[in-house]
Amino acid sequence: MSFSEIDIHRLVDGELPPARAAEVAAWVAADAARSAQAEAYRHQRALLHERYDALLAEATPAAMAETVRAGTVTSRASKRAANQSHFFRVAGIALLAGACTAGGWFGHARLSGGAAPDTLTAMSHRAAIAHVVYSPEVRHPVEVAGSDEAHLVRWLSARLATPVRAPALGPQGYQLVGGRLLPGEDRPVAQFMYQNAAGKRLTLYVSTLTPGASGSRETAFRFERYRNVNTFYWVENTRGYALSGDLAREELMPVARTVYDQLMKTAPEASAPPAQPVQPAKGQP
Amino acid sequence: MSIDQEALVALIPRLRRYARALTGERFRADDLVQDTLERAISKWALWRPGTDLRAWTFTIMHNVFVNQVKRSVLAAESLDPEAGMEVEDSGASADTLAQLSGINSALQRLPDEQREVLLLVTLEGFSYDEAAHTLGLPIGTVMSRLARARARLAALLEGTVGSGTQGAVQVQLKAVK
Repeated sequence: MSFSEIDIHRLVDGELPPARAAEVAAWVAADAARSAQAEAYRHQRALLHERYDALLAEATPAAMAETVRAGTVTSRASKRAANQSHFFRVAGIALLAGACTAGGWFGHARLSGGAAPDTLTAMSHRAAIAHVVYSPEVRHPVEVAGSDEAHLVRWLSARLATPVRAPALGPQGYQLVGGRLLPGEDRPVAQFMYQNAAGKRLTLYVSTLTPGASGSRETAFRFERYRNVNTFYWVENTRGYALSGDLAREELMPVARTVYDQLMKTAPEASAPPAQPVQPAKGQP
Repeated sequence: MSIDQEALVALIPRLRRYARALTGERFRADDLVQDTLERAISKWALWRPGTDLRAWTFTIMHNVFVNQVKRSVLAAESLDPEAGMEVEDSGASADTLAQLSGINSALQRLPDEQREVLLLVTLEGFSYDEAAHTLGLPIGTVMSRLARARARLAALLEGTVGSGTQGAVQVQLKAVK
C-alpha cells in the first residue's frame, strides 16, 4: 500500500472512496506529524467557515436580486425600468437644485452680482448635491476605496494642498467606503463616504478656504435641509466641512460632533497653504 | 429560453461569501458579485439548462475577478502601488476576533490562484474535479495549488512567514498635476 502527502488532502476533503479513506486515516493516525497536518487543514476550514459564513445569513442586497430578475424579463421592459430609475434619479437632483435656487441664495448671489455669495451656504449646497449624486451609487460610489485609506488621504491631501484625513466613525457604526475628488467653486474639494451596516450612507465634504477671505472664519455648526438630505456644516482652520446624510437631524448631529472633535484633535499645523484658487480669465465677472 | 433566475438569486449569498473571502473586503466583494451577475445575465444564452449553474456562475466570477486583478495591477503600476491595506469588518465576538481577522489577512497574502482553489474546495465544498472544471485547470494543478495554499496559510497563521512586506512595492505617490 503506498501513500503520499496528497492523500492527506484527499482525506480531509472527502475525495477518497470509503475503503481507501479508512486506510489513509490509519496511515495518518500512525504518525504525529501527519496527524498534525490533517488537523491543521481541518482547522483552516473551520476558521474560514467561522469567518465568512455570516455572509450566507445576510439579506441579499436588493440591487443584486433586481439585476438578476430584471435581466430575465423581456429586454424592452428591463430597459424601461432602468430608464425610469435613471429618470427619477436625475429628476431628484434637478428638483433638489431647483429647490435651493428657489430658496433664493443661489440665483440671487450669482445673478445680482451684489453682496458676496454666502460661501458657506453655497458649500453646504454643493455638499448636498454631491451627496445625492454619489451616495446612491452601487458600483462606483468612490474613486478610491477605504481599504486604500493611506493612499486616499495622501492623494486628496496632495490635490487639496492641505492635509486632510478621514475621521474614524466605527463607534458610530459607519465604515469608510472611500473617497473622491470633486470640483468645488474654484478649487478641488474632497468627499469621503461612509456606510453603516444597514447600507445608510453619509458623506463628508471637505473644502479649503482662503485665509482672511469672507466666510473663512471659524463658525459654530450650521444646519441645512435640502429635501431629504440633512447637512451639518462648519468652518475650522480655514477648512469648510459639510456632513450630509439622508437621516434625521438628531441622528446626524452626534456623528457631526464626532467628526468635528476628531478633526479638531488632529488639526494640522497652519503651515500648509490651502490650494490656490483657480484664477478666472481676465474680463470675467 | 428556459431561465431559472430564482436559482441564480438563490446563489447570491454563496457568491457573496466567496467574493468576500476572495477579496477580503466588503465593498470590493459586492462589486465583484454585482459584476458577476451582470455578466451572467448577459450570457444567459450560453448557459445550458441541466448543467451545473453553480459551477457556471463561479466560473464567471473567476473570470471577472481575474480581469479586475489585471486592471488593478495596471492601475497600480501606473500610479499608486500602496499594496497591502486591508479592511477588517468585525462581525465576530471579541475573543475570536483576533484569530478570525488573522485568517482574513493571512488569506489575502496567498497568491490569488492559490486562494481561489483553497476557497472553492474548503469554503464552498467543491470537489477537486468541480474546482478544476470551474477554474479551467487540470486536476493535478488544482491539487498542487491546494497543497501549496494550505502549507503557506498554516505558516502565515503560525506567524512563521514575514507578514506584510511580501511582494509589497513602495513607490512614492506621484504628482498628478
